[in-house]
Amino acid sequence: MAKVLMKGNEALALAAIKGGVDAFYGYPITPQNEVPEYLSKHLIDAGKVFLQAESEVAAINMVYGAAGAGKRVMTSSSSPGIALKQEGISYIAAAELPCVISSVMRGGPGLGSIQPAQGDYYQATRGGGNGDYKLIVYAPESIQETIDIMKDAFNVADFYRNPVLVLIDGLIGQMMESVDFDRPVKERKLPVKDWATTGTKDHPGRRNVANSLHIDAQELEDQNIHLQEKYALIAKNETQHEMINMENPDYVIVAYGTMARICRSAIKELKAKGISVGMIRPITLLPYPKLAFNMIPETTKGILCCELSMGQMLDDVLISNKGRHKVGFFGRSGGMLPDPSEIVDAIENFSDKVVE
Amino acid sequence: MKVKYDKSKGLTDKPLSYCPGCTHGIIHKLVAESLVELEILDKAIAIASVGCSVFSYEFFNCDAQQAPHGRACALATGVKRVLPDNIVFTYQGDGDLASIGIAETIHAANRGENITVIFVNNAIYGMTGGQMAPTSLIGQKTTTSQDGRTQALHGNPIHISEMFSTIKGVAYLERVSVHNPKNVMKAKKAIKKAFEYQKANKGFTMIEIVSTCPVNWGVKPVDALKWVESDLIPEFPLGVFKDKGDQNE
Repeated sequence: MAKVLMKGNEALALAAIKGGVDAFYGYPITPQNEVPEYLSKHLIDAGKVFLQAESEVAAINMVYGAAGAGKRVMTSSSSPGIALKQEGISYIAAAELPCVISSVMRGGPGLGSIQPAQGDYYQATRGGGNGDYKLIVYAPESIQETIDIMKDAFNVADFYRNPVLVLIDGLIGQMMESVDFDRPVKERKLPVKDWATTGTKDHPGRRNVANSLHIDAQELEDQNIHLQEKYALIAKNETQHEMINMENPDYVIVAYGTMARICRSAIKELKAKGISVGMIRPITLLPYPKLAFNMIPETTKGILCCELSMGQMLDDVLISNKGRHKVGFFGRSGGMLPDPSEIVDAIENFSDKVVE
Repeated sequence: MKVKYDKSKGLTDKPLSYCPGCTHGIIHKLVAESLVELEILDKAIAIASVGCSVFSYEFFNCDAQQAPHGRACALATGVKRVLPDNIVFTYQGDGDLASIGIAETIHAANRGENITVIFVNNAIYGMTGGQMAPTSLIGQKTTTSQDGRTQALHGNPIHISEMFSTIKGVAYLERVSVHNPKNVMKAKKAIKKAFEYQKANKGFTMIEIVSTCPVNWGVKPVDALKWVESDLIPEFPLGVFKDKGDQNE
């Protein structure tokens, strides 16, 4: 397949099909509606399952059921919708069922707006469900990267038996880019789903149960320890980031998704002014690329965390920096997208932006 | 020696967690026997809910999933849509189904999901210690309606079978009771019929079973059975509310 011009949300949906999705359960919400719209036609035409659920809550629990049955299943939503799914996400993570969730972020809090934003960093990486669980969270910066990640997402979910969240914002979802669907996917040796609830006919002598209830305290703690060991393995194997212009930068920007693209332009403008600025671009927000911060030279004057929110990833930047450099923050929110010149100004007036 | 009566192979050896005098055990037996008699146990997937029956995934001798509170019909939908040849059933109480999970249940019924819902209505929240349920009777004293439920403060008890009888996707719907042997036999017949309908892909089936909670009602088990007859059944009359029979809609 040659390069095609495609809208972000539709490309995400097609990439899910390329990734082998068996079933989609979702509920309408802007700005992600092209995802279910595209799948409603193409999944059903392919003899697979598409179902518009009565609510976000029902949709994520349908995902639970189908994931427990061993199928490749996904849902898609946007910020307030993801808030409603958090209960189910906690249960799915606790029961160690693989699934893929895509979230096309809009402005918040509350009903907020339908404009692009990154105000759901906490929601994605800290979660709103109960208990000690973690997702694997990807934050691509382009439609091409969204496709590449979506194609691998079901493999990652199946390999670790863990929900994967692909987090883009309304800008990536709504814009069009020239993309290639045939780029190679990492080969992974996937375990057999011998735990799936498909009826004891498929596994005589053993009952398969998808469950998150452990009424015995020691049993639950053991399960939590097991989960933490799995999360440590995920951090070791799956953490992804991109380093840009990191040889002796005067400053380092940390940004992801759409904000990283705006920062790329700003870095070019700053270079023309004789200021060398590098960038750490987390591709996984969870696990977070903490070790990348060790690569920042001592001579760098400061780190500027840039977000389309009021300072959420900033927490992880401060944790990763471990007090070595001054850290500043630049953020816009509510659907306001900065011009690269605003980031140029923030670097030129770094001392005004310092938070720690 | 010939064994005339034995524990159903549809149940595991796990001791039931239900209180003395509670009729959940009888209902479990009826479901288990139906699955065995219809030879569908090995392709059945039970969806356990939250409430007294939270551990039912340990009691039914088949594959199972444990759902968040109220979400059993959503899980069942998710499973059945990807495994249409399996038998999928939920086992839910009145708090789970008629309160927090009513949306999931109504929409599963409306879509005509080919699943079976075992709805156990004992007019109270048992597991959490006797709070008022959507099906609690007017005047019924619970830990959250200590002077008795009133229409003005809490509204009237909700009638699930009557409501669901208006939904086109429902293939079979009956309210039964297990407070005496005659009704236990009728309940068995209804449960088995619901699974037969699912086997024949007829659509959504639900059996509402009027049940007891002597501990939280604060009465002896025998008196609980009497209260079913004297108070619960007049409010929740037994009978077939919908039967599509051989029709295919």
